[in-house]
Amino acid sequence: MSARPLRVVGRPVPRVDGLEKVTGRARYVTDLVLPGMAHARVMRSPYAHARVRRVDVTRARALTGVLAALSGAELTWCEPYYGPAYRDRPVLAIDVARYEGEPVAAVAAVDEATADAALDLIEVDYEPLPPVITLEEALAAGAPLVHTGKPQAGIFADLSTLRPEPGTNICHQFHFARGDSAGALASADLVLDDTYRFPPVQHYAMEPHAAVAVWSETDGLTIWASSQNPYSVRVELAKMFDVPLARIRVVVPHLGGGFGSKTYAKLEPLAAALARAAGRPVRLAASVAEAFQTVRRCAARVHVRVGFRRDGLLVAVECDADYDVGAYADIGPRVVQKATYTATGPYRVPHVELAARAVYTNTTPGGAFRGFGVPQLAWALESLVDAAADRLGRDPVELRRQNFLAHGEEFAPGDTPIDGKLEESLSRAAEAIGWTRASAADRGRGVAAMLKASVAPSVSEAIVRLHTDGSVSVLASAVEMGQGTRTVLAQIAAEVLCVPLARVTVVQPDTAVTPYDQTTSSSRSTTMTGRAVQVASEDVREQLLRITAEALGVATRDLTLDEGAVVAPARRLPYAEVLLLRFGMSGGELIGRGVIAPGRTAAPLGGSTPFWEMAVGAAEVSVDEETGAVRVERYVSVADVGRAVNPLLLEGQDEGGVVQGLGHTLLEEMLYADGHLLNGTLLLYRVPRADDAPPALECHFVENADGSGPFGAKGAGEGSLIPVSPAVANALARLTGVRLRDLPLTPERVWRALRARR
Amino acid sequence: MNLTMVVNGSSHELDVAPHSLLLDVLRDSLDLKGAKRSCDTQVCGACTVLVDGQAVSACTYLAVEADGCSLLTVEGLADGEALDPLQRAFLDAGAVQCGFCTSGMLLTARALLRENAAPSREDILHYLRGSLCRCTGYRKIVEAIMTAARTTR
Repeated sequence: MSARPLRVVGRPVPRVDGLEKVTGRARYVTDLVLPGMAHARVMRSPYAHARVRRVDVTRARALTGVLAALSGAELTWCEPYYGPAYRDRPVLAIDVARYEGEPVAAVAAVDEATADAALDLIEVDYEPLPPVITLEEALAAGAPLVHTGKPQAGIFADLSTLRPEPGTNICHQFHFARGDSAGALASADLVLDDTYRFPPVQHYAMEPHAAVAVWSETDGLTIWASSQNPYSVRVELAKMFDVPLARIRVVVPHLGGGFGSKTYAKLEPLAAALARAAGRPVRLAASVAEAFQTVRRCAARVHVRVGFRRDGLLVAVECDADYDVGAYADIGPRVVQKATYTATGPYRVPHVELAARAVYTNTTPGGAFRGFGVPQLAWALESLVDAAADRLGRDPVELRRQNFLAHGEEFAPGDTPIDGKLEESLSRAAEAIGWTRASAADRGRGVAAMLKASVAPSVSEAIVRLHTDGSVSVLASAVEMGQGTRTVLAQIAAEVLCVPLARVTVVQPDTAVTPYDQTTSSSRSTTMTGRAVQVASEDVREQLLRITAEALGVATRDLTLDEGAVVAPARRLPYAEVLLLRFGMSGGELIGRGVIAPGRTAAPLGGSTPFWEMAVGAAEVSVDEETGAVRVERYVSVADVGRAVNPLLLEGQDEGGVVQGLGHTLLEEMLYADGHLLNGTLLLYRVPRADDAPPALECHFVENADGSGPFGAKGAGEGSLIPVSPAVANALARLTGVRLRDLPLTPERVWRALRARR
Repeated sequence: MNLTMVVNGSSHELDVAPHSLLLDVLRDSLDLKGAKRSCDTQVCGACTVLVDGQAVSACTYLAVEADGCSLLTVEGLADGEALDPLQRAFLDAGAVQCGFCTSGMLLTARALLRENAAPSREDILHYLRGSLCRCTGYRKIVEAIMTAARTTR
């Protein structure tokens, strides 16, 4: 078939689930009500670190209306530990509570008020232990240990090489080197050496974590969960309860935001254990305060040394990063190694020495958060590139352009060559912000760039069903969490099968129904799940052509698809007629299958990234010298996306990424004192409001159809967030001469720095 | 305690505990799940409903305070299948992502347009100080409200 212009892909069609959402009819986990459903509440540790000497739930269990009351010590009938990297996290604390807010006991009762009353009847004896809250405390010689036992590996094959340092709080180390960085730095004309800090921040997906679990003899466990990766949750639950995977059904209804906070098991193990103990459906819904006690972004201390030649050539980068992964590893070790692998950013660097550690502390576990460890490193590197430009007397835009990796260039041996044009993104961003024009005297401009790998190896599968009326079901397990994947997958199927978008339904993820998908994260769904849907749709298309060709006695090459029909030289057969030819009755369906599984490769992390995510940000800022308040007046984001399958949704996602990035740049930090989280509610933790967003915000896209995804697309969504902090700080430095190394850039920090400058 | 409320045009007589929150009564007693629970502290606006035309945070509003009042929730915004101009504008502008803030955003905007039929951008930003969205970056929400204001006028 000859290539024809795209009909649906590339169009800014409104989202397929929009009507449900503007009418309030969309159902999220906490909107579900099952007959006989019990309500759960969790008792949490008031200490950052304590021996749990005794938990007595007897009186709680005896309260009228209580259906189950559990402590960690009683969970002898299931595997009580879980975690994707290490199985280090108990469903309920066993012997030791390792952070303030760690679940220690839980109840399920006929209603929430009864469950609350039951919590008051639980007796716990704690023996407070000295906590380690900061990286410095955790890494000090003789520091109290967060974990003392031998760790059990979790589910990730590429973390089978976990390298903890016994007797310390270091749970994983990563190292990557090429060339001779020490020699290159010794002979470099300019060496800059500095340490940057990134704070612990909270995702604040507006829907806190929630799960509703129910067991049955025949079906096993069914759990409706606010999860970004139902298949990872399924593996955890199958291990915990020693149940076949086929008897664990994870269903994901609408998700109220994710941003990484809903990857891997969170509340699901506890909800499932309570439902088993109660013998009834159990609903466990976290509050926002409890979400602060469930997961956060890994804080980091990043020491970077860069070496440049006088002419601006970047010759060496050394990076030494400590990531605070909190009390349980979650996916922290993978965050650390995957981000550190690309610590050199989008630049060609011949001599590299990268090292990082994942460090346990007695704080909320750190996990995945939009950018997966890269924002922490880009904050340091991109600030240093600007500092170097200043010292070399070079334009920061031109210095970056000089050192960018080129399209098709190798990033590391065995990994995917660079598949985008960084210089094009940079030029577009510079032009849009007016880089070469003078800014107003009270404004400063800055730029920053990013490069990130997606998860590899990974697997996405899809099934596409063409029904007798010519309508289409797409079965895939990419989770719609706001980013628009349901719409994008529908567009892809509609494009390949030449049907109107309204004839395509994308089924919500359900591990009993929709096929395997590794995770909805890492900006991967359009590329990986989208490709699976494309291949499955092509499978159906080939079946349509073959059936028609055989029935009409023509060659398939003489057939085309057009608006729900197969077109032969002299005839036009609507799909319903083709299915009638195939089945001899009005019944049956054509089923297409798509499997995207690139497998392991010789790339340094064990798999070649399916695409490189790359973006450039440009900021124009002003500062109130009296208060230190920084205001981002204009912001431009340019992302290299290959092809925008839906420009409206893509633009929305990148606008959201920029403003979320402004959160950790200007406002957000989880603050601890004496082991206690001081600001674990929205009253005290400020996320960006509408009036914090830049008055002028533009998101642009470079589209060269050079991605490995459908129609040349590649991933997006994390890229816009990552350059925000360094772009804003670089703008501030160019405006005021003051360079800050700690985020967020609070008025107080900026004011102090401005004062110190005088 | 007995109370009477008109919700989306339908009258309801309810027997509630004195401390019952309006959000729980709407969601659990009346099965109106459109208003969402998020921050519990009157900061995020996900639970916003209109009580006699005024936007309130149902998560921190006692149900008994709404006795004798007329309420509007997101379920009552559309006139049958005909969407409210705000709903239409949110869809067209791409102002909806995960949808968790959407109900509250729509009702906050409805209250704004009732007070001020031609709000400026600054008016809208000020009015949205009690309405958080973590997905969109707000630009398309502000744009949608301005579009709805123009089409309603």
